[in-house]
Amino acid sequence: MEALLAIVIGLQTAGGVYLILRRRTFSVIIGTALLTYSVNLFLFASGRLAIDMPPIYTPGVENYTDPLPQALVLTAIVISFGMTAVAVLIALGAYLESDIDHIDLRRDPNDLDLDPDEIPWEQDPRDPGLEAPKGDFG
Amino acid sequence: MTEQSDATLALIAALPFIGALFPGLMIRVGRNACALSAGWATLSALILLMIHSTVIWRGEVVVYRIDWMPMLGLNANFRLDGLGLLFAMMILGIGLLIILYARFYLSREDPMGQFYTYLMLFQGAMLGIVLSDNILMMVIFWELTSLSSFLLIGYWKHTRAGRQGARMALAVTGLGGLALIGGMLLLGNAAGSYDLSVILTKREEVLASPYLAPMLILILLGAFTKSAQFPFQFWLPHAMAAPTPVSAYLHSATMVKAGLFLMARLWPVFAGTDLWFYLVATTGLITMLVGAKIAIFKDDLKALLAYSTVSHLGLITMLLGFGTTAAATAAAFHIINHTIFKAALFMTAGIVDHEAHTRSIKRLGGLRVLMPITATLAIITSLSMAGLPFFNGFLSKELMLEEAAHTSWLGNPWLVPVLATLGGLFSAAYSFRYIGHVFLGPERTDYPSHPHDPPFGMWAAPALLAAMVVVIGVIPQAVVGGFLNVVADAITQEHLHLHKLKIWHGFTPALGMSAIATLGGLAVFYFFTPLERIWVATPKPDAKRMFDALVMFLHRTLGRISNNLHDGRLTKFLAIFGATTVALGLFAYVSGSHTPGTREMIAPTLVDYIGTILLIASTMAIMNYHRSRLLVLVLIGINGLIVSVIFVRLSAPDLAMTQVTVEVVTLILMLLALHFLPKHTPRESSWSRRSRDATIAGAAGLAVAALSWALMTRDFETISGYYLKHAKPDGGGTNVVNVILVDFRGYDTFGEIIVLGIAALLIFALEEALMDGRASRKLANWIHEMRYSKDRHPLMMVVATRMMMPTSLMVGVYIFLRGHNDPGGGFIAGLVVAIALLMQYMASGFAWASDRIQFPYHAFIGWGVLIAGITGIGAWFNGFPFLTSDFGYVHLPPIEEFELATAMAFDLGVFLTVVGAVMLAIYSLSRIARRTGESVNVSPMDYDPSTVDPFEEGHVRNVRTTGEER
Repeated sequence: MEALLAIVIGLQTAGGVYLILRRRTFSVIIGTALLTYSVNLFLFASGRLAIDMPPIYTPGVENYTDPLPQALVLTAIVISFGMTAVAVLIALGAYLESDIDHIDLRRDPNDLDLDPDEIPWEQDPRDPGLEAPKGDFG
Repeated sequence: MTEQSDATLALIAALPFIGALFPGLMIRVGRNACALSAGWATLSALILLMIHSTVIWRGEVVVYRIDWMPMLGLNANFRLDGLGLLFAMMILGIGLLIILYARFYLSREDPMGQFYTYLMLFQGAMLGIVLSDNILMMVIFWELTSLSSFLLIGYWKHTRAGRQGARMALAVTGLGGLALIGGMLLLGNAAGSYDLSVILTKREEVLASPYLAPMLILILLGAFTKSAQFPFQFWLPHAMAAPTPVSAYLHSATMVKAGLFLMARLWPVFAGTDLWFYLVATTGLITMLVGAKIAIFKDDLKALLAYSTVSHLGLITMLLGFGTTAAATAAAFHIINHTIFKAALFMTAGIVDHEAHTRSIKRLGGLRVLMPITATLAIITSLSMAGLPFFNGFLSKELMLEEAAHTSWLGNPWLVPVLATLGGLFSAAYSFRYIGHVFLGPERTDYPSHPHDPPFGMWAAPALLAAMVVVIGVIPQAVVGGFLNVVADAITQEHLHLHKLKIWHGFTPALGMSAIATLGGLAVFYFFTPLERIWVATPKPDAKRMFDALVMFLHRTLGRISNNLHDGRLTKFLAIFGATTVALGLFAYVSGSHTPGTREMIAPTLVDYIGTILLIASTMAIMNYHRSRLLVLVLIGINGLIVSVIFVRLSAPDLAMTQVTVEVVTLILMLLALHFLPKHTPRESSWSRRSRDATIAGAAGLAVAALSWALMTRDFETISGYYLKHAKPDGGGTNVVNVILVDFRGYDTFGEIIVLGIAALLIFALEEALMDGRASRKLANWIHEMRYSKDRHPLMMVVATRMMMPTSLMVGVYIFLRGHNDPGGGFIAGLVVAIALLMQYMASGFAWASDRIQFPYHAFIGWGVLIAGITGIGAWFNGFPFLTSDFGYVHLPPIEEFELATAMAFDLGVFLTVVGAVMLAIYSLSRIARRTGESVNVSPMDYDPSTVDPFEEGHVRNVRTTGEER
């Protein structure tokens, strides 16, 4: 059981990390969702696994699973909804305002360029680059 | 030493901070009221202090202890002894005079309320340093002085010099403060306590510490930067850009003396060791010489005084470094004397500046005729600074020379006496220059403004100080003798029997050195013009330019590094971050030792295998098809469902219910958003890029899997036994998870619902911002890519959701009510109710439904947080801390006896917040949809057989308007 859960947690982490390294907002959102699953499961597992021992006090029952990680994970699940919702709206807003759903401001020189309709976003005039500091120091 | 406990000690420390609240308000009443409001706090603190002084006089110590975090050694402990009394008197006494002086000094354009607020903050911080018994608390006050002095030095924000001076002071003293924290932690560790009262008795333990050298160096770095000791002396003159009251207060009486205070305070622990002598005495000696030499040739009055301060601080530091009790006594005496004459000198310089509108010595001279009172005060105090008999500066200088006369440095008996005499000579020279070039000489006609003596209020403070200079100078033993003994006892922690302070000691070596210094000073003054030519011709290192260059270098280098890491490519940064995290984990693994886990495993059953395979398959599928966004949403739903099944299987029913409901609302939200996003992700990463990412991801996955495995196969200690045992008797519920949420860890939950509420409001605000501007125009002209279904609001769905509505709401209430004892509770109930409402919106369209369900979702969030908060506050009335729940059993006749806990009200707050947050998020997205000209239907379903005759040709289109209506 422990091995299976470890595999599940690891795989979802790998998938999440791969997706947050993609360049479109939607992939990143899905990636964080996957990471959320694995992180929540990991936190939950820190209370160790127990079968048929719910943390509901019942007279005569001796063994219970650890309730504390459960309480922490419960709020984490709800908060992650809030986080996802904010991320989704930011992604949506960025796309509506700028017509692109990239998360990078600059282009990776090694990337393929398959979308000719894109805005030439490597010469963004709003990107100041490395600016020399101006006076008034010290 | 006997101790007395007295709570007013804490009050003294608090009074300046209380006083800081008023000037900002009182300035509306008037400038006098503003100054008075600052003055009363200082005065009351001073009076309270004086009441304590009788106790100190008897050689006792006043302490007051407030335990805060005793396990960390962090307590609000206050302590007042002779040394603390001396400094507290200086801080409050000089502070009072400065408040008076500043009232007349500041012009109408200067924001006076601000000034007094900063001043009182600074005063409080200084007082905190000298009254702290806990060295960690002292460090906090130490940092506070750095911050508040930054505000004071930069008070004239419009001047470039003020801003730069403030920044430099903050950089130097702030860095010193950081070093000090390190040193104090080492010291506390070595002594086994962070309380000064204990540390002062642990000399052997501290000196035996293997970290003695770094500890002492770090502490001294803090003291040297604060007291402007070489090579950190450069910030002090630049801080002179501040208004004169600030300079007088910070740089004569208080801030720079904090470093001295620290060295005096720790004197019993470190003094007498070689390390202490060579570090402290040498630094002091160099500082004394360098500061005095520069001061001679400064033309700016305040710069001259600033460098002279540097020099005198060096003198005191040197005395403390000598490590003998006589030298420490001399140091204490010079602290008193220097404070008195230097504060007065700064004030006279301020008066000259105020009246003549220049501080340049080259443009002054002959002022004794025009400003006789100011001239008299300045001459008296300058002669004291020069060290002439019958003024207080003479006495402590004699003591210093006496000590220097028999101190040898690395076996050389001449070095220290000669250099000390030279220091005295320089000191005399600049004092004579201050008198000769400003007040004596012929009267001039080209002053920028015609000077005359200021009003009484302005010269009252320096006059009082000048009077003290003379009185102490003539009858020292009667005035300060006894007090000095008390202070010296406190510094050395011994019972000293000091010689009586006398003006005439006979023909001693010190008198000879003094005579040489005075005559030499006169000679320098006489040959000033040729000497100045030589001075100007010699190249000097410019500390400010070096400091600027260093700051510039750091700025450029670090800027380049961080701009390379954060170059606008989030993916690059995330890749670096991910790789670094994995590498750190690997390092921790390789550098540690491991034994295999011994915890008994749970054997998996067939169902477990099936679930795992499903989850693996769906995750793999997400990876494979992640470009097809709609498909990914379906697949990620599988992950969410299996995760909730895992929770069910592993005894976490609450989590399973939460996960499954959150999954539903998240998917709806993402679907709504995807409507406006591209439906497909193009393949645009190169093969190498993808393999790099896959490597990082794979490594991260392996690492996390290994970590989880290691975690789960080991036994552990948990604090949950307590929760399980106390949930029913103390929290009144059997569902321990819920009791933890609403009771034991209620504070966390309270914070979390606030976060959730803020997230929802943020979404709403973002959507509001999108509604005007580019995005809005784009939405208004939206071209729908996909064709809509002809039957968007199907009959069956509308009817089914209508019928389910009461049932699902009831389920929500049921889950809410049983939450305290069985799986459920506010979070889950809130999600269930939100889903019940969402079903209505989905069936008949958001606009149609929200016309009928008119809940203000923002208010839900507000009420939720309020109810939870009020429930928590309710515990106060029962005499319990915030959020302690109470419960009792209620018996209503038709129902069985049930219990009612205040936790229920708290859970109601959680419930309302969750409903409000979820609905507000979805509502915001739906408003975007309506902006695109989404139609709003008139009737709940598109085809209603009860109203439309199916045989009639072309029935009415179920559309009311287009475009969003607000």
